[in-house]
Amino acid sequence: MKSVIAEDLVKTYDDGKVRALDGLTLDVSEGTVLGVLGPNGAGKTTTVRVLTTLLIPDSGHATVAGIDVIKHPEKVREVIGLSGQYAAVDETLTGWDNLIMFGRLYHLSPKAAKQRAEELLEQFSLTDAAKRPIRTYSGGMRRRLDLSASLIVKPKILFLDEPTTGLDPRGRQEMWGVIKTLVRGGTTLLLTTQYLEEADQLADDIVVVDQGKVIARGTSDQLKRQVGGERLEIVASTEDLAQVREIVTKIAGGSVSVDEGMRQVSAPVTTGSKALIEAARQLDDLGIHPLDIGLKRPSLDDVFISLTGHVAEEQKPEEESGAKTRGRRRKK
Amino acid sequence: MSHAVSDALVVTKRQWLQLLRVPEVLIFSTIQPVMFVLLFRYVFGGSISTGIPGVDYVQLLMPGIFVQTVAFTLAGTAVGLAEDMQKGLIDRFRSLPISRGAVVFGRALGDGLLNIVVLFVMGLAGYLVGWRPDSGLFKVMLGFIFLLFFGFAMAWIGILIGLSVRSARVANAAVFIAVFPLTFLSNAFAPTTGMPKPLQYFAEWNPVSTMVAACRELFGLQNIFGVTANSWPSQNPLEMSLIYMILIMAVFVPLSIRKYVNVASK
Repeated sequence: MKSVIAEDLVKTYDDGKVRALDGLTLDVSEGTVLGVLGPNGAGKTTTVRVLTTLLIPDSGHATVAGIDVIKHPEKVREVIGLSGQYAAVDETLTGWDNLIMFGRLYHLSPKAAKQRAEELLEQFSLTDAAKRPIRTYSGGMRRRLDLSASLIVKPKILFLDEPTTGLDPRGRQEMWGVIKTLVRGGTTLLLTTQYLEEADQLADDIVVVDQGKVIARGTSDQLKRQVGGERLEIVASTEDLAQVREIVTKIAGGSVSVDEGMRQVSAPVTTGSKALIEAARQLDDLGIHPLDIGLKRPSLDDVFISLTGHVAEEQKPEEESGAKTRGRRRKK
Repeated sequence: MSHAVSDALVVTKRQWLQLLRVPEVLIFSTIQPVMFVLLFRYVFGGSISTGIPGVDYVQLLMPGIFVQTVAFTLAGTAVGLAEDMQKGLIDRFRSLPISRGAVVFGRALGDGLLNIVVLFVMGLAGYLVGWRPDSGLFKVMLGFIFLLFFGFAMAWIGILIGLSVRSARVANAAVFIAVFPLTFLSNAFAPTTGMPKPLQYFAEWNPVSTMVAACRELFGLQNIFGVTANSWPSQNPLEMSLIYMILIMAVFVPLSIRKYVNVASK
């Protein structure tokens, strides 16, 4: 059973000059998590906005919980929860005020709204901060409150648009913990992210999006295999490079690349730290002391280079304020 | 549909909560009109003659300042909505299963009701500097209700502006340019008879003028500041003001709701 289906979505801006979505197709099975991975400007947010009825695509078709998002947006809104870059809470109000307001807007009775607010604050460890204005919250607390507001009526499908962008590592860890708990409870989730690791941690399936299109789909393992998994990288002095190359070839088997300028030998490996230890041992046996030796995990850039042949195009460094991002998006 | 009203009231309540959480907003939005009362009363009051013995400038001034203040309601509305858009709150609202008009209606109502506080404080300030409406409690109350309705109607213009501009700062500037001339090209502060002829006609048909004239009538004064050409609006300011309010709402309510529904679908 598919909870979300998007077929051939197209959305253009500026009379077709900018193609935010260019025939994007994806689906999410019930009870699973789909990670939509891509750089800024790839079309991730636009996809979420179409699926959550905020934006009408130029063409294409989409259903959420079997309901057509274009024909019956009001019915879709009853079964979804949205939290992320563009769906915010009121920062001047307290956490409590916000949850009550949204609870009432989901048509809970005053009593039920209060009860639900208490539950959610408890669940997201925000009870102590409940009576403080949101603008005094840390980034992580703010996101948790934002997320809790989208869970007021236990949505069938949850959309999280870059839930951890802009958070510090600790906030990110906390947020991952919260999302994992939700997922264990059986929530169907579509989340967008710029971080391969995040998709890896949270998603069952991943689609990689670039320039408004899905360019790859698979589980995290499948994608990593496609990218080449981990790479063994050794930097050594120039006179040792030939020997280093020999050792790496033996361990990795084939496809070794040597960068003379960087004095670096590298190759994809499948055995992880084992390969690293083996290489270190053999180098030591020969009396070679590398300047640097290590395993490099594939990054989003690697995924992009391998899938598209070009580097993930960052348009600008990620900005915290939605205002600037929005302005930029519109200007395009 | 049954939820439409309660949804809107939730949004209205949100604005009142905001005022409770950040009371400075309310304090400053009342200080400004009070400042205007004092400035006009004491700076210009001495040199502008009402032409009627026994009627001070302040009697004519107060209705003018009341109308100017409620006309500027739309500034708060436009800036507030533009901020909500920037911060993504409007998208949050739009993803909820609430009626299409609830958010904008709630906003207009909230800003309209805020005027109760502002008008009360201004009325008090006016009383302290000598304003004495003598038409009886009923008519004075009617005057204030009239002003509240005008503020509510104007808020809808603010909603369309707020949803149409790119940032709160633009909203502020746009509103200022639109409303400031309207309030001054009127009979609010000085007789229109001193203006060049074309401006006199404009001033006479200006909704601000008809509102001011209507309030002066309700507060028991002759509207001696605005009758040049004996046009219908200056003869029948109450009726004309009502027509203006209905016109403003008839145009801006549907436009605002449509804008809200399609706001990001561009």
